Amino acid sequence: MKVLVFDPELCDGCRVCEEVCSQTLFKEVDHQKSALCILDVEGQPGRYQANVCVQCGECIDICPALAIQRDKRGVVRIDKNLCVGCLSCVGFCPYLAMRVHPDYVVPFKCVSCGACAKQCPTGALSVQDLPDAELTVTEKRMKVMASPQAEVVA
Amino acid sequence: MNVQSKAAGQGTVPVETLRAAHRVLAEFRYTPPKVERGYANRTLYINVGDNTIASKPMDDKMKQTFIGGRGFGLWLLWNAVSGDTRWNDPENEVILSSGPIGGTTVYPGAGKSIAVSLSPLTGTVIDSNVGGHFGPLLKFSGWDAIEVQGQAEEEVIVFVDGNKGLVQIIAAPLEESDSYVLPEQIVELFADTPAEKAGISSVSSGAGAEHTLMGCLNVTYYDMRRQFARVKQAGRGGIGTVLRHKKVKALVVKYLGVKGDSNAPADWEDLTRVGTKMHREIYVQDPIMNDMRGGGTTMLTAIMNDFDLLPVHNFRLGSHPEAKGLFKPQFKPYLNEGIPNGCWYGCTLACSSCVEGFRPRTGPYQGQSVHVDGPEYETVAGVGSNCGIFDPHAVLEINFYCDTYGVDTISFGTAMAFAMECYEAGILNQERTGGLDLHFGNAAASLEALHQMARGEGFGPVVGLGVRRMKKLFADKYGADPQFLQDIGMECKGLEYSEYVSKESIAQQGGYGLANKGPQHDEAWLIFMDAITKQIPTFEDKAEALHYFPMFRTWFGLNGLCKLPWNDVEPADNKKKNLPRVAARVPEHVSNYIRLFVAVTGRKDVKEPEDLVRMSEAVYNFQRLFNLKMGFGTREHDAIPYRSMGPVTAEEYESRAERYDAQLREIGFNPDGRSTAEKMAALRKHREERYQTLTDAVYKRRGWTADGIPTLETVKRLGIDYPDIEALLRKHLK
Repeated sequence: MKVLVFDPELCDGCRVCEEVCSQTLFKEVDHQKSALCILDVEGQPGRYQANVCVQCGECIDICPALAIQRDKRGVVRIDKNLCVGCLSCVGFCPYLAMRVHPDYVVPFKCVSCGACAKQCPTGALSVQDLPDAELTVTEKRMKVMASPQAEVVA
Repeated sequence: MNVQSKAAGQGTVPVETLRAAHRVLAEFRYTPPKVERGYANRTLYINVGDNTIASKPMDDKMKQTFIGGRGFGLWLLWNAVSGDTRWNDPENEVILSSGPIGGTTVYPGAGKSIAVSLSPLTGTVIDSNVGGHFGPLLKFSGWDAIEVQGQAEEEVIVFVDGNKGLVQIIAAPLEESDSYVLPEQIVELFADTPAEKAGISSVSSGAGAEHTLMGCLNVTYYDMRRQFARVKQAGRGGIGTVLRHKKVKALVVKYLGVKGDSNAPADWEDLTRVGTKMHREIYVQDPIMNDMRGGGTTMLTAIMNDFDLLPVHNFRLGSHPEAKGLFKPQFKPYLNEGIPNGCWYGCTLACSSCVEGFRPRTGPYQGQSVHVDGPEYETVAGVGSNCGIFDPHAVLEINFYCDTYGVDTISFGTAMAFAMECYEAGILNQERTGGLDLHFGNAAASLEALHQMARGEGFGPVVGLGVRRMKKLFADKYGADPQFLQDIGMECKGLEYSEYVSKESIAQQGGYGLANKGPQHDEAWLIFMDAITKQIPTFEDKAEALHYFPMFRTWFGLNGLCKLPWNDVEPADNKKKNLPRVAARVPEHVSNYIRLFVAVTGRKDVKEPEDLVRMSEAVYNFQRLFNLKMGFGTREHDAIPYRSMGPVTAEEYESRAERYDAQLREIGFNPDGRSTAEKMAALRKHREERYQTLTDAVYKRRGWTADGIPTLETVKRLGIDYPDIEALLRKHLK
């Protein structure tokens, strides 16, 4: 699965990535509308950490509308048409990497598009192909449902 | 699972055949309005007797005074019936309404509907709250409430299509009335594509409701992962019986396109803040608190048993060595988890457990693989421990058939427990029960009585009359001692008790006895703060609690909210930051609710917790006056059976002799050398006096007369001084 990977050794905290991200997602430069967030490391001036989706897929099992699914690249994506705006996924993200902004009723997240990585001046960001995450309960159920012989029992 | 496999062996008719038999009896077209700040600003009136469909406008006074949900239900019903109307008159209505916050998706527990009707059990107004998607989808379709009046000549379905702006009354002769198959037939009938199933919710009951007075409503939502319709119950008071008496098979709403802002809140930004904060709190706190997400309310059985509060053998006892058979770990293997179990979008507390692949051992679904919605604590305690049944499979099976037949599990459990005690006491025998051996613990007999309710034969329908009518019947027909029946019959106002032993909590005795609709714990649950942590020692303290909590909790029912996310999960610092009495109110959550209400409605005059209480107070007093209008609503109707106050039998006294002896000493009665009968009499006198003292204190706090009637001053203060209310009061306040 494709995952945006951050290298803290290379980041200089310029936050160009945030601007690129919001521009890509919403056609405007607004740090509050970026799916990744560069944060200062407390007590260590000049050190930074990134808060961004790791594509673990836990939100897939949280979404009551089945609006969150994994695409062919292994990236977890929100279907805006199916999303009911409950923001359960925002509260239940183990990494607090699901974003919400008052201008929108649908949350947003990193989809490993790589736009930020291309513009990162220090090369601190890259999209890498990591081993697939384990199937979620939802994905397992959907597999069973799709198979006509299968019993509908978890 | 499709309709055919679900109903295998039931002779289910193909959907095309069902549809071909439909005839549209009435049709109404409308332009679906935009919801504004939580309101659609009109209600839908249906008369299935003369096939009228009409839109009723709503004024600001109705919104200001009655808010929504239960408040709207009460107001609409008040205007539809007279003091002489009976539950089975065509004038009676079944009303469902969510409320202004209902349909909000960002805050947990915000999709409830409140059903209101004249109750077959109590003869007066009843309200019962229920999950499922009906109320929110109805509002997004343009209707804050639906009221169904009249009695149809043939079986009908009422269908609302909120996208097309269409309401129909449809003659529907071939659908099952059974709430296991019918909801599946409905999604198949009204969804044009599989994806549309998620936009459909129905309200139905079943054959058990037709032959008893304790019919429940089953309100559905479509579970997209499990791919079948889930059912939640508006259980209390027999509203399902009213629905079936009207020959309404189902109320159906279809609305596609629910979004985060479908409820058109005034302040989306603050809603997202308070909503995501609450989701996060549940994520962190639920696993270390009640673990609702991991089994709903089943964790309560062990706690109640530990504190001697679990009803056992018709509320004789509060615990039992075999009760562990019904603890959460016994149910866990049945539950399918890891996927959403909320009964409305965004409920991350997710208490709606579901058992899949369950195989009943009796009845029409014997041996088939079915799914059960539940179990919930009330069902476990009611049909389980209270009847001496400690087998989780039997409890699930009774749960399944109660839902399927449209029977309230609480009334069923409490009424069955009463019948069982009468059997043990020799008032009933196999001759009188038509062969049913109703000893405590006989699950097979309990199930057979339930199947009889559906078939309308045998002793089952007698149990289905409820405790109050059984008491009279057994005294009249079998010469049983009316006082004994009164003492052990766990009903008040005609409604069966819900499943908590209140003997050691005087405040909870009031919580049950002084509740508007009858003894249901949704008004007040004060046992811990009263009897265990002893936070409310004086009668004034108890009266204050019996003012605040019923009013506060009424507020949920006005707004389409569930009570559980209020105090079944708490902020981590709740108990550190607040004194115990304050912590019990969960101040941060109360503040959340104020923010929610303001963010949805945009009302600027709601700032303090007292503002929420004031809203409820008007509706609460209105409901009390509704009882008065119907010939009830005075002090005599707040009387409670002694079983809810103390030990009725020597066995009960002696099983807790140490406790009771100590209490007698405290009141200056030396138990040494006294017979159990003498001690019981002294204890009873004391406890009954205390209940009267409590009643006086609560009436005073609520602004009522000594007879329990709201004073003219109270009515004026609350802005419910309508001419007909003043006339009613003039008649009663001499």
